[in-house]
Amino acid sequence: MSVLVDEDTRVVVQGITGGEGKFHTEQMLEYGTNVVAGAVPGKGGQEVAGVPVYDTVDRAAREEDANAAVVFVPPAFAADACFEALDAPVDLVVAITEGIPTQDMSRVYRKLQETDTHLVGPNCPGVITPGVAKLGILPGNIFSSGNVGLVSRSGTLTYQVVDNLTERGLGQTTAIGIGGDPIIGTDFIDALELFEADPDTHAVVMCGEIGGEDEEDAARYIGANMDTPVVGFIAGRTAPPGKRMGHAGAIVSGSGTGTAQSKIDALENAGTPVGDTPEEVADHVENIL
Amino acid sequence: MKLHEYQAKRVFAEAGIPTPDAELAETVDEAVDAAESIGYPVAIKAQVQVGGRGKAGGIKLVDDADEAREAAEDILGMDLKGYHVDRVLVEEAVDFTNELYVGVTMDRGEGKPVAMVSTRGGVNIEEVAAEDPDAIAREHVDPAFGMHPYQARKAVFDAGVNRAVANDVASVLTTLYDLWEAKDGSDAEINPLMVTADDEVIAADAVMNIDGDALFRQPELAEMQEEAAEDDLEAKANDYGFDYVRLDGNVGIIGNGAGLVMTTLDLVDHYGGQPANFLDIGGGAKAERVTNALDMVFSDENVDAVVFNIFGGITRGDEVAQGINEALEAFDEIPKRVVVRLAGTNAEEGMEILNTDLVTVEKTLEDAVQRAVEYAEEDSQ
Repeated sequence: MSVLVDEDTRVVVQGITGGEGKFHTEQMLEYGTNVVAGAVPGKGGQEVAGVPVYDTVDRAAREEDANAAVVFVPPAFAADACFEALDAPVDLVVAITEGIPTQDMSRVYRKLQETDTHLVGPNCPGVITPGVAKLGILPGNIFSSGNVGLVSRSGTLTYQVVDNLTERGLGQTTAIGIGGDPIIGTDFIDALELFEADPDTHAVVMCGEIGGEDEEDAARYIGANMDTPVVGFIAGRTAPPGKRMGHAGAIVSGSGTGTAQSKIDALENAGTPVGDTPEEVADHVENIL
Repeated sequence: MKLHEYQAKRVFAEAGIPTPDAELAETVDEAVDAAESIGYPVAIKAQVQVGGRGKAGGIKLVDDADEAREAAEDILGMDLKGYHVDRVLVEEAVDFTNELYVGVTMDRGEGKPVAMVSTRGGVNIEEVAAEDPDAIAREHVDPAFGMHPYQARKAVFDAGVNRAVANDVASVLTTLYDLWEAKDGSDAEINPLMVTADDEVIAADAVMNIDGDALFRQPELAEMQEEAAEDDLEAKANDYGFDYVRLDGNVGIIGNGAGLVMTTLDLVDHYGGQPANFLDIGGGAKAERVTNALDMVFSDENVDAVVFNIFGGITRGDEVAQGINEALEAFDEIPKRVVVRLAGTNAEEGMEILNTDLVTVEKTLEDAVQRAVEYAEEDSQ
């Protein structure tokens, strides 16, 4: 078992004819992902890596039975691409694009509330169910199949933590990179809920970072609703207030909200151990399993 | 991206929000001329993007030409919390009976905009929010519709704004919301919005921060950014297109991906060192970006050692290694010792390419950070 992505996931890639879209379509196919279509306006009838391209997501979904979309569309057009996928509709949208204006995402988020679709991202590495399929840009070779669910706001930090897990023989059910933007679709709680309902996920690793209060909300959720044990990691302990640390969402506000310490405290109060280093995260998971 | 006060006021005034008479001045003579033509009393205000300008001596109220000259001489050229003041706004002093706060921002938890009004303007609103959250009336806006006029009125009445000015304040809030939306604002704020004895409202300060990701469709605002002078190293980072934040320590840090770079900073601290900076070279970096990144970190005189940590997804270890070699081979003597750790895509190829006469290679993140902390301690000036 896994969450969000399994053998039945049939993917349409939006922006498949662009550099990134093409490269990662090839990588996804190589990993075994069922990429069934591409969608690029005006490029219908072409093929990329043997995958048929359609002018619209709607057409791709109907002709090829696609039920998931991966968005590689440039930032200025990415919100429109998300609306197109939500309206198709597909069950899962993974938005890789970095740099989408926040007000655009606010409108997408509003639309999302009216649908049953899961949106992951934007500005995220994607979702992978090791050995089955990956949707996005995650390097498949560092993952291995197992019983640990992983949810993270950051791409390369996910790789670091997964590397530490895999090295100890701690494989993963599914890893979800939810993205570092201020407004995202699937948040920690949504992902934790999915893992809690998955009988094969025996432990969850949650990698958060400074900014916002999503980790605090997630800690409350864990305390009240989860039987599956969770291990935490929080990046940005040394971040000064008022400075944006790369991610648009990673900023400690002047009034002191969004600090690493408040997130670590919240998680520990919910009975969730927090690793000081990625290595320690693997230690905690090993102890639990 | 933050607009200066004078820029934000210009944008607000063009949209019809009342602002005081004001002129921008770059020299003492210009400032005195401006004060004479506006009429005393006037406020002379440093145009730098830091909070607490008044307390730091960056805002002075003057009553005649001599005082104006003295104040302009003091403020122009001063160092205000690390920022050089090269412009002042000379502004009509407003006689007020009351100070309000109005603002619009994105509530990231709710995923939607929120408009705010408070009768406790003129002070740090974040402190008010922390001490007495009920003193700020909040109205969430559905981004599909924009702010309905009733919502502006509701926020104004909920905040307890005096009836005599309620309509005018609601109208300012509506305009502010529309501006925020049209200009891709992240925050728009008037604090204080002054109320005069004859019940006029006037924006005595103006904050407008723009979503940097939306500048591609806000060309006039993107131009204003160039007028804003920044810290030299941060300006350099901007030119190179890096996410860079300067800190106080002596261990220089370069990495890929915000979360991993932050984690590297945290580990430096964990092992007893002090990070000198946050530098994210981003995804898919090629040799040239690597060279530029090293140049950035070497330019910081506080740096005593550097840790270079890459976990490749789209970024390829061999390309990073090549960039490191090229950058370091160009020096007769390498300015600071560099510790490199490569993992992920093509990491092994990268390790083989790296010139180990020039760098120290470590296999794990933990080892690399500990080594760099050691070097920084040994080489600290």
